[in-house]
Amino acid sequence: MIQDYLFFTGINILLAWSVYVVLLTGNLSFAQGAFMAIGCYAAGIMTTRYGVPLAVAVPAAMLLSSAAAVLVGFPALRVRGIYLILVTVGVTFCVRIALENVAYTGGVEGLKGMSGTRLWHLGAAIAAVGLLLFLLSRSPLQRILDAVREDDRVAASLGVNLTYVKLLAFGAGAAIAGLAGALYGHYLIFVRPDNFDILVSIFVVLYVILGGVNNMWGPLLGATVMTLLPEFIRALQDWRPTMFGVAIVVMLLLRPEGLLKFRQPSARWSGHAGR
Amino acid sequence: MPVADREEPPVLRVEALAKQFDGLRAVDGVSFDVARGEIVGIIGPNGAGKTVLINLISGFYPATSGSVHLAGEDVTSLPLHEIGRRGIARTFQNIRLFRRMTVLENVLIADQRHARRPARAFFAFGRQRTEIARAARYLELMGLAARADRLAGTLPYGEARRLEIARALATEPKLLMLDEPAAGMNEEETAELVQDVRRARAAVDAIVLIEHDMSLIQALSDRVVAMDYGRVMAAGTPAEVLADPNVQRAYLGEEGGP
Ligand SMILES: Nc1ncnc2c1ncn2[C@@H]1O[C@H](COP(=O)(O)OP(=O)(O)OP(=O)(O)O)[C@@H](O)[C@H]1O
Ligand SMILES: [Mg+2]
Repeated sequence: MIQDYLFFTGINILLAWSVYVVLLTGNLSFAQGAFMAIGCYAAGIMTTRYGVPLAVAVPAAMLLSSAAAVLVGFPALRVRGIYLILVTVGVTFCVRIALENVAYTGGVEGLKGMSGTRLWHLGAAIAAVGLLLFLLSRSPLQRILDAVREDDRVAASLGVNLTYVKLLAFGAGAAIAGLAGALYGHYLIFVRPDNFDILVSIFVVLYVILGGVNNMWGPLLGATVMTLLPEFIRALQDWRPTMFGVAIVVMLLLRPEGLLKFRQPSARWSGHAGR
Repeated sequence: MPVADREEPPVLRVEALAKQFDGLRAVDGVSFDVARGEIVGIIGPNGAGKTVLINLISGFYPATSGSVHLAGEDVTSLPLHEIGRRGIARTFQNIRLFRRMTVLENVLIADQRHARRPARAFFAFGRQRTEIARAARYLELMGLAARADRLAGTLPYGEARRLEIARALATEPKLLMLDEPAAGMNEEETAELVQDVRRARAAVDAIVLIEHDMSLIQALSDRVVAMDYGRVMAAGTPAEVLADPNVQRAYLGEEGGP
């Protein structure tokens, strides 16, 4: 039981980071549940039908999720703000309906027989993604992404190719969601399209907004707290959506930038040699 | 004024440039050249089309007609980032810094080695000593080194304007365009700005300077283009242009005019 809590917390941390990475360029994605589904089904089909080892299926599934994101994102990232949000919502609906209606993916019955995910696999995945995000936060790419979020046209006039940078973030976010999906399927053994309901995507965005969008720790904290709290405070379980609603309203009023709102500069003058 | 080599194309050549907003021709057939080493001032009453002109040259607005050549290359319909890479940098009348990032980071973003290859920029994590040393040059040039780790959004007005210049210079542009850099500055700051722009001049091939402050225009410009209603109303040396009867008339009754 405790193992399950940890597992779902871990999956939600990965998903929250996948939203965070896309949000770095200022785009809010409600499609991360869909990319998770693509990763889950892709890896599941590979291992159960073609005997591909899990260690190969996971990275392949990540690549596929990422490729799907780039395909959708290339036309979609031209539109901005609320329209892009609507596009990502649309993606989530489309993927779910496709999974339900295509016989190859098992239709509404879903996919079964996947196994092999151990808790430490998920731990390693979180450590790896976390390390990459940490290195990112100390790299010139971080500030390019942040600049695009703050004022994309000014960033462009400084030589930054916006389409490329936004696709990079969208693709990387989808890869992380695909990773979460692949591990998720091989833990649950049995998945159905309604495991990837739009609510999954919405909840993950809420974790990120609650935790904070300016650093990698905010999404981690948001996902952890919001996954575990209802599990440990049993009385809250039936009230999960209500609790979310209240938490969001309170947070937006009191701390609109999330619990952890600090932003770490990508470089510092103070360390500058000889000054 | 430096005599341009016959073979060398001007740093900037604007030809019959026009911008139509529905019902309004904000820029209406403007042509002028900027030679290597020059500072060209652009003056004109409010609404004359100066800012729109800069937006056209820097690619923020697509031109309705006409052309822009940078060092002989047609850049008229290139995408924004491509124009930045070719060597046009600018500041903004309504300051547009990355406010939640530090002063140093604002300049570092302009570092072309990373801006042009974002994926590769990931692998440059760490202390970034060479990047900071390059940025330091521009921060020091604009007297902002002591402010490096402050958030750009917390800078006072004069420093924010200087940071915009430092950021633009850090792209290592051929052409620098300044949109009312002295707006909102007191006399002392304006005098400092004259020095700053002179120093900036050494770092670029040419400068286009939009200003309402005539003392600044006279102190800095080699030539002046005066605009009104989207057209060039006079062009020449600062003395010639300011003495032009049309220019005098356009500024009559204008607050802040000469
Ligand atoms: N995006 C836009 N859409 C429609 N009209 C615009 C737009 N931008 C500018 N204009 C109009 O174009 C005209 C020229 O404006 P512009 O900002 O270039 O003037 P300016 O010479 O820079 O004036 P100021 O000295 O006040 O800055 C104005 O009438 C303005 O209202
Ligand atoms: Mg203007």
